[in-house]
Amino acid sequence: MNPLSVIARTVCNLFAWFLAVFGLYVIVHGHLTPGGGFQGGAVVATFMAFLLVAHGGKKMHSWVRKEIFTLMECVGLTVFITAGLLGMSKTFFFNFLAKSGGLFGTAVPIGPNPGALNTSGTIALMNLSVGLEVVGGLSMILLYMFSGAHPEEPFGREEAGHDR
Amino acid sequence: MKARIFFLVAALVVGGLLWGGLQSLHPFGIPNETPMDDYFIANAQGEAAANNVVTSIVFDYRGFDTLGEGAVLFTAVISVAALFRKRGHN
Amino acid sequence: MIGNFPYLVVGVLFVMGFVGIIFEKNLVKIAIAVSVVEAATNLFIITLGYRNGGSIPVWTMAGGGSSRMVLPTPQALTLTAIVIGLATTALMLSFVMIIYRHYGSLDVRDVRRLRG
Repeated sequence: MNPLSVIARTVCNLFAWFLAVFGLYVIVHGHLTPGGGFQGGAVVATFMAFLLVAHGGKKMHSWVRKEIFTLMECVGLTVFITAGLLGMSKTFFFNFLAKSGGLFGTAVPIGPNPGALNTSGTIALMNLSVGLEVVGGLSMILLYMFSGAHPEEPFGREEAGHDR
Repeated sequence: MKARIFFLVAALVVGGLLWGGLQSLHPFGIPNETPMDDYFIANAQGEAAANNVVTSIVFDYRGFDTLGEGAVLFTAVISVAALFRKRGHN
Repeated sequence: MIGNFPYLVVGVLFVMGFVGIIFEKNLVKIAIAVSVVEAATNLFIITLGYRNGGSIPVWTMAGGGSSRMVLPTPQALTLTAIVIGLATTALMLSFVMIIYRHYGSLDVRDVRRLRG
């Protein structure tokens, strides 16, 4: 896929980072405002899609490797399952960190309140891990489908010195 | 030609049955039975310590569905990776 | 009948997507029609859980409308359904790409016979 014009590339370099910051905000504040792991993960994946469309495939393959996204996805799923197994003394997926004074363990006053970030136990950990998994998974789907649409272009870093 | 008329009549009959069955849906805005959701709204701040009731349902009260969904996403990524493999890839 | 307007919209979307699956000849358009049917289903699940004059089921800065909140359970189930629809669409489009690479055409009538 050829890169787009200079205007499109400059605008992408300026504004793609807003998407990344906004997506990270939606993921981290998942237990206070509408949002959470899946929605914020989809927003950060459009950051990757934006870069892919504006700069073309060859440059993307010389910047990122696929192993980074594989690592993100596997770490996300492993942390999710581990956070579920750690509360195994009562039941699977027990929220053992809520109201316990530990990492995310402040209690919440009942009724309408401005939210505090330190609350809600394992829900915040699960939000972060699912967000990581969705970002890694969607970016990998995009990169694989791009490389499948252009089967004659070499994949990876063998031709990193040839792009413009 | 006869087959097309038969299929058209069968589609109309199925559509009519579906429309008749959907008449017993509740009118828009007045749900039927809400004791489970009232319990979730009233107790999500006390038990799960989260302000967002939807997130506490997705990750705390019904965490198994989210586990299955993570497995579906993982399977989709592995399937796409397996379809676009090049010859000679290790 | 006008009060049940969202159900009518869901029905119209569903029928349009279904007609697209049956009568289309291009493979990419069939994949788009399946996505429209999934969108209609998700909309139906969400509109089942509405209460008249309700607000979102979030307690942060809830104001005075905390007495009537919309039912939160259908929204939690729709999240899972959307992600599953995404996985289905990604795999369908990958299959369309491989069929195009193998047969050279995107027309449904050309890819009918299984060949070796």
